[in-house]
Amino acid sequence: MRRRLALVAICAGALGLVALGHPGVTAIAAQQDEQYASPLELLLSPDGSRLYVLCQGTDEVRVLDAASGRELQAVPVGHVPRGFSLSPDGARLFVTNSWDDTVTVIDTKTDAVTATWKAGFEPSSVVEDRAGKTLYVADRIGNDITVLDAASGDEKETLEAGRGASYLALSPDGSRLYATHVYPNAVPHRTPPQSEITIIDPVHARVVDRMKLPAIAGVFHIALSRDGRLGVAAELHPKNLVPLAHVEHGWAFVDTLTVFGPAVGRTVEVPLDELDHYYAMPFGVAIAPDGSRIYVTNGGSDCVTVIDTRRMLAYIHAHPQLFAEDLSASSHYVVAHIAVGKNPRGLLLSRDGRRLFIANRLDDSISVIDTHADRVTQTLRLRGPKKVSALRRGEQTFYTAKYAFQGQFGCSNCHIDSTFDGLLWDLEPDGFGKDIVDNRLIEDLRGTEPFKWNGGNPTLAVECGPRTEKYFFRSQSFNDLILADLVVYIRSLPSRPNRFRTASGDLTPAQERGRVFFTRTVDKLGQPIPEGNQCAYCHSGPKGTNQKSFDVGTGKPTDNSGKLDTPQLMSIALTAPYLHDGSAKSLEEIWTIYNPHDQHGRTNDLTKDELNDLIEYLRTR
Amino acid sequence: MNKAWIVGALMAAAASLPGQATAHPASAHRAGAVHAAIATGNVPAMPRFRFENFTTANGLPDDHVFSVLVDGDRVWAGTNNGLAVQENGKWKTYTTADGLAHRAVTSLALDKRNGDVWAGTMGGLSRISGGRIDSFTQLNSGLSNDVVYGVSIEGENVWVATAAGACRLNTRTGEWSLYNERNTPMNEIWVYGVSAAPDKVYYAVWGSGLLELNEKTGTWNKYDDPDGENEAVVLRDQGLIHEITTSVSYVDSVVWVATYFGDSHYDGRNWHNFLTKDSGLPSNFTNTIKGLDRNRAWFGTDKGLAYFDGTNWAVYRPALDTGKPQMTVRDAAGHVTEIPVATAPAHNYILGIDFQGADIWVATAKGLSHGVYQH
Repeated sequence: MRRRLALVAICAGALGLVALGHPGVTAIAAQQDEQYASPLELLLSPDGSRLYVLCQGTDEVRVLDAASGRELQAVPVGHVPRGFSLSPDGARLFVTNSWDDTVTVIDTKTDAVTATWKAGFEPSSVVEDRAGKTLYVADRIGNDITVLDAASGDEKETLEAGRGASYLALSPDGSRLYATHVYPNAVPHRTPPQSEITIIDPVHARVVDRMKLPAIAGVFHIALSRDGRLGVAAELHPKNLVPLAHVEHGWAFVDTLTVFGPAVGRTVEVPLDELDHYYAMPFGVAIAPDGSRIYVTNGGSDCVTVIDTRRMLAYIHAHPQLFAEDLSASSHYVVAHIAVGKNPRGLLLSRDGRRLFIANRLDDSISVIDTHADRVTQTLRLRGPKKVSALRRGEQTFYTAKYAFQGQFGCSNCHIDSTFDGLLWDLEPDGFGKDIVDNRLIEDLRGTEPFKWNGGNPTLAVECGPRTEKYFFRSQSFNDLILADLVVYIRSLPSRPNRFRTASGDLTPAQERGRVFFTRTVDKLGQPIPEGNQCAYCHSGPKGTNQKSFDVGTGKPTDNSGKLDTPQLMSIALTAPYLHDGSAKSLEEIWTIYNPHDQHGRTNDLTKDELNDLIEYLRTR
Repeated sequence: MNKAWIVGALMAAAASLPGQATAHPASAHRAGAVHAAIATGNVPAMPRFRFENFTTANGLPDDHVFSVLVDGDRVWAGTNNGLAVQENGKWKTYTTADGLAHRAVTSLALDKRNGDVWAGTMGGLSRISGGRIDSFTQLNSGLSNDVVYGVSIEGENVWVATAAGACRLNTRTGEWSLYNERNTPMNEIWVYGVSAAPDKVYYAVWGSGLLELNEKTGTWNKYDDPDGENEAVVLRDQGLIHEITTSVSYVDSVVWVATYFGDSHYDGRNWHNFLTKDSGLPSNFTNTIKGLDRNRAWFGTDKGLAYFDGTNWAVYRPALDTGKPQMTVRDAAGHVTEIPVATAPAHNYILGIDFQGADIWVATAKGLSHGVYQH
């Protein structure tokens, strides 16, 4: 117990230093033109001499001398790269460019880009099979895995994955490919989330199984031990069906791992948190070469969790019942928490397992940990702005869990990678099942005020300030400067490219027909449509909202307010479920089920194909 | 009449002249498979099978089997009470509790690229992928109607035949496109069957003939019975045999069409029709048709399973009078010979057909049958 408390103190101490070092607002205004590297993922060359750093902020792969950290090369890639991997022979480096929908191929001998291949929607990670014939690309928006010919880049097929397919890991023998996904699969309204680990036969490019992950939403990296007997995935276990306001009861998230494989004997969810402190946003996973240790980056807690595998397995075997929410469990197998930089993400073990590299995304550094001592022995600083801008500080605030009671969670828990989480939440302390709200995308928010589904928060400062602190975080730790930075960051989030628009920007015939329905003022019977029942009246302007509240007939007896804020329409195709409480599983259901009296737009005169056209148009927004 | 057809028939007739032991090199009933079929006397060699029948007694969820699909070693059976799959000799059943859109599975299609199975049901369309089932209905998706009679996969598109028009799902973009009386020459919207290829998609529209979509031009063609509503066949081989089409199979640039009043073969220029009175077809009431290539096809009728090799016919069924296993072969001259057999499909009412190498699987109204190829 003493050791555990001491380790907590190490993390808390590191966080305290961060807070003390907070620079003033005026000192950083001039740094806007230079980009932060924002290292996200790491790789080592087969001989261990070169460290590849995926820099999401600068759209490049930087090649460092692995010993000294000296930058050897910077290779520009596509926009917002999110994942990369080496070919089995180390000759090629593949990079997924999530906003370009491409894969960049880099020759590791020359560090030259040799090809750029088309992938699916928002490619997020990539793995080549053992034979070097096939490339697998996980597509976050496509919810699938694109299978490419590794020689030509030609698409062979796509495999259906979980929603928000994002991370891949090949088994050591190359016989299985494991894929995770960051948004939960669809489930009936107000039931626990469901996720999966998609298991693929990479030789035949077929999904052979789906490991069910009950109650999980948000699965990140996955790793296999060298002997293939142990698999580990980092994940979030949200408690979205009970009021979030009861954070003091632990009703927000549990940070867990799913472990599986012959060494485990079953699929088990293992908590990382402690009774009085949480290790938020588990993201990266690595397993020591001898399998003795599991390392997990905690992106919201700025530390790395170290697990003794033998102890963990002993605990699992001694506890056949579920214990994912028993926060006393972790003391039996977590042996260290190592403080690192801000928002640690990708991690990488050296071939001998002696050194552990951590990509600290939000302070442009790489921590090097001596795995025998479980401490940071070196910090590699990446080229970039020396000062921290207001926007950067806001991003750090967004991604940290330190402001919440017991460090339980941060903004990014529900807005994964600054998006959404696909969940409905019971937010308010008004009883179970009251005022259920669907989580919304937070891109390009300027001009979409007010916030909250009842329109109760006129500005982001109100939305993110007292409300967040009191009702979500159960703390009052934001000062005005922190809040101002956070607002700056959130307002800066751009809208991602819309994959449903044509390259020319013209609407397809179906989309154009849908646009006509969207903007019509007269129904098919020739009757004028009242202003409030015209799609384009409430969903007006470039963002698709007139920023007013209406009763569209979708209220539930459990709602506290009859009128609802008109939600913006940007990237609406991506953000199922729909309606304020997430009761519509698809765009279609908004009108096929939840608009019986035409209160949510005049739509009941439309035929099925006309409704399809309307939806095709909405998907371009 | 189609000249090529006449030539083919004459050649076939010559090959089976009395006194000649015919060993047809084309006796393989399935493209790519070579069967060492042995002719018996003057009887053309036709594929023979030992039928193994599956019912609820063997693990099927229901005896009424609407559809069958083979994917390598896996065999899928769409029944009146769930979707069953046989793997390693054992049947597993998916039901609505697993996410299946409806218990009655009317049609099945395989996405050969990734192994996903698509099931048309009486309550929507389901995708079975790696054990996970996602269902699309007229309420939660752009599917035109929940009553799905047919499904066919080509590339990234899923083509669907429903009781209220046809539709296409683009699995990459999620876009649904609907085809009905407003944007095609479809007179009726009761679409029973679909067969998709890279160049063309064919829909069998119950009461509205055959619809053809040219995918390159996006244009539609409609093929009708030149006799119109007249049930008598006045203009033989001048067009589609009947407007009430039930099934379609497009292969090798030839389309095979089943109706409740005979079947048709169309090569893009000429039609050839099959009726019981002048072919080996056991019944004009045909539920399903599967073309193997330009010349060969299988027919699922209400009076048995039939195979046409381009010249000769074979029928496999329990005999209509005794119920005993029966196989008959009809040669080009119209001579019918009964072949002694010990087994037959589970029932005469045939609803689905698929192939597993040289073997055949048959969905019937009273069980699923596996025809193990003998010679």
